[in-house]
Amino acid sequence: MSSHAIAKPQGWEGGTSPFGASTGKLFMWFFLVSDALSFTGLLAALGFMRHKFADIWPNATDVFTHLPFTHAHLPLFYVGFMTFDLILSSVTMVLAVEAGHRCDKKGVTLWLGLTILGGAIFLGSQVWEWAIFIIGSPEGAMRTMFVEGHWIQQVFHGANLQYNEYGHTLYANFFFTITGFHGFHVFSGVVINIITFTMVLRGVFEKRGHYEWIEKIGLYWHFVDLVWVFVFTFFYLL
Amino acid sequence: MSHDHTHSEQHHDAHHHEESFISKYVFSMDHKMIARQFLVTAIFMAFAAMVMSTLFRLQIAWPDEKFAVMNWLLGDKWALGGKMSPEIYLGLVTIHGTILVFFVLTGGLSGTFANLLIPYQVGSRDMASPLLNMLSYWFFLIGAIIMLGSVFIPTGPAAPGWTIYPPLSALPEAMPGSGMGMTLWLISMTLFIVSALLAGLNYIITVLNLRTVGMTMMRLPLTIWALLVTAILGVLSFPVLLSACLLLVFDRVLGTSFYLSDIYINGTPLEHAGGSPILFQHLFWFLGHPEVYIIILPALGLMSEIISVNSRKPIFGYRAMVGSILVIALLSFVVWGHHMFVTGMNPFLGSVFVFTTVLIAIPSAVKAFNYITTLWKGTIRFTPAMLFAIGAVSTFITGGVTGIILADAALDINLHDTYFVVAHFHIVMGLSAILAMCGGVYHWFPKMYLRMMNKKLGYAHFWLTFIAAYGVFFPQHFLGLAGVPRRYYTNSAFPLFENLVNIEELSTWFAILGAAAQFIFFFNFFYSIFRGEKATKNPWGSNTLEWTTPVEHIHGNWGEKLPVVHRWAYDYSKPGAAEDFIPQTVPLAPGEQDEGRGGHP
Repeated sequence: MSSHAIAKPQGWEGGTSPFGASTGKLFMWFFLVSDALSFTGLLAALGFMRHKFADIWPNATDVFTHLPFTHAHLPLFYVGFMTFDLILSSVTMVLAVEAGHRCDKKGVTLWLGLTILGGAIFLGSQVWEWAIFIIGSPEGAMRTMFVEGHWIQQVFHGANLQYNEYGHTLYANFFFTITGFHGFHVFSGVVINIITFTMVLRGVFEKRGHYEWIEKIGLYWHFVDLVWVFVFTFFYLL
Repeated sequence: MSHDHTHSEQHHDAHHHEESFISKYVFSMDHKMIARQFLVTAIFMAFAAMVMSTLFRLQIAWPDEKFAVMNWLLGDKWALGGKMSPEIYLGLVTIHGTILVFFVLTGGLSGTFANLLIPYQVGSRDMASPLLNMLSYWFFLIGAIIMLGSVFIPTGPAAPGWTIYPPLSALPEAMPGSGMGMTLWLISMTLFIVSALLAGLNYIITVLNLRTVGMTMMRLPLTIWALLVTAILGVLSFPVLLSACLLLVFDRVLGTSFYLSDIYINGTPLEHAGGSPILFQHLFWFLGHPEVYIIILPALGLMSEIISVNSRKPIFGYRAMVGSILVIALLSFVVWGHHMFVTGMNPFLGSVFVFTTVLIAIPSAVKAFNYITTLWKGTIRFTPAMLFAIGAVSTFITGGVTGIILADAALDINLHDTYFVVAHFHIVMGLSAILAMCGGVYHWFPKMYLRMMNKKLGYAHFWLTFIAAYGVFFPQHFLGLAGVPRRYYTNSAFPLFENLVNIEELSTWFAILGAAAQFIFFFNFFYSIFRGEKATKNPWGSNTLEWTTPVEHIHGNWGEKLPVVHRWAYDYSKPGAAEDFIPQTVPLAPGEQDEGRGGHP
């Protein structure tokens, strides 16, 4: 709740919002509602196709088995790490907002900095995941792989928008579209956070006398995190 | 005073500097100017779409004739010797639909009246974010220019119909308009969606957060309720269209197969496999059906206000009206399947969509009955605005009745993609909205341009438009029942339809009459802006807040103090009152009850 939140609303007579939220925050809330619907559209499309091709739809535990720098067969470990990282960055964002309420510049700097770091790690992880997923050429590339309990060298084709070794092409289509769309949101969030970080350092919010802006970008960041939970659920877990 | 009010007052003070031509008329952030920018743009777009419709009506009525006007307007490429080519026929049908649905009846109608009326009627100095408001107009304008411009490129405009079903929209090589024309359509639509989002957020938040003291939700005029719910529908449904278009763009550019299954063009198989065009239809109509209500709800809001003011009676059933707006909005999200009964949908699922669709008739009928009961025993003043509003009630009922026919899957499977559907949606959504929009222009013209429109020309405009509109679309029901398919360039190859040619011709004659009648409006509109009779402060004897502002436009709308609201907006002909209207700013007399609060003081 913002510092000027108004207790509501015994015999409220107009003048301010029944939600007691500032105009800027309402803008963010309604934008997020709207954006949630664009993700809903994509996830519903995924559900539609998955239902249609239920017999041949690849199983995520057979696809996402790699962990960087190791040859271990660890299905969904890596994406679990990414999810954990993003949730942690939400926690640090909460702490940044809380520090903002206390007008604690040092606290905001620390926690917002860590949030940016968390976002950057997530994006980097996604780059790696995409990179091992996409093998551009039809000939493929040699990879050490874990197949039926044995390590073997074999040609790995991976998946791209026209071709998918793991099964139906649409699986790869949706993978790149949905994680890409989400990654674009994370990227925007990191950029906004970095801009805000420089504003904190320059003391912009101290001059304003409040850190409400941190709350607004915090809402966005939590939204991006929440959407990832849905993407994770619908794409990797189910 | 709350935070927001002090904020907006500072904002108001900051505007007292002298303005240049550019900041006043071009990059304006004033809601009154942005409303007029939307209106003039929409009138221009409507004119373009009207010319297109006249051309393709000529073609479908006399498919084997040659018209010099076609060659003059379309050139040798599309109409050599005055004979229209099939490609441009489909292109014009597509762009006509797109322009009217999105740029006139969504952007134009909401853009004009939400911008004009929301700050005025809730008692605010401007929109919550004037900057985003300005941006929303500029995105709209650039989108409109690109959409109209796409008609003039060498390969022609997009031509799969305004619903842009794949594969025609997904394969650039499918037909001439599927290449560059379709790309421009998608760019234009993306800009439009951004515009709609910025505008919608602004409308919602202004209504929620910037109401003046005393303006409770249940004292809001029905125009504001309608515009608020419309904005919410837009904010919820356009992002789904955005997602659908995103997947479509990937299919076109990156070679994905979301909407494309195994397809051959000229005997050559394409790389695409596995997708489904039905997926696009689901996503599209999830936007597409709420979009219908995004069009009709503001129209119903304007009708409520105009009919109540000019009947000198409170709107009948204010709470029922608010409730029916909300129910219509809710139902609009669960009926999209009724556009897809012939896609091989599971009959059980189809019957669910039949049920939800027929359910919409209830809140719609509540509204229609409330208009009629508001008129009942009123002291009716037949201003041009009032005639247009009553005309809109008429078309809303006529088109609504055929809506119930089409809602039934068993009947719809026969009538799908025939002229019956064309007649239905043009009457219920196109005509109702455009008539209400015209009514709105006549009614609020004094507020927008400080002058009155000519009344006699207004009457001529109304009667010719109204008769021509029914004349165009009523006969099309019979064409549809006889099985004439929509979007066909010519039917002369089908002996089955030979004796229906006269009906096509009748419809086209009325289309020409209706188009001609609009020139009366264009003249009246632009002439009155400069030469019309000067408006008085409250020419219609109306209660709402916009008529309490000074006659001249000022920044911040009201002077020093914002008005304080004491009553609902519909105290017309209240027993015991000195005049037949009591503005919302007049305090309650001792012992008087505010009707808007359901009788509780």
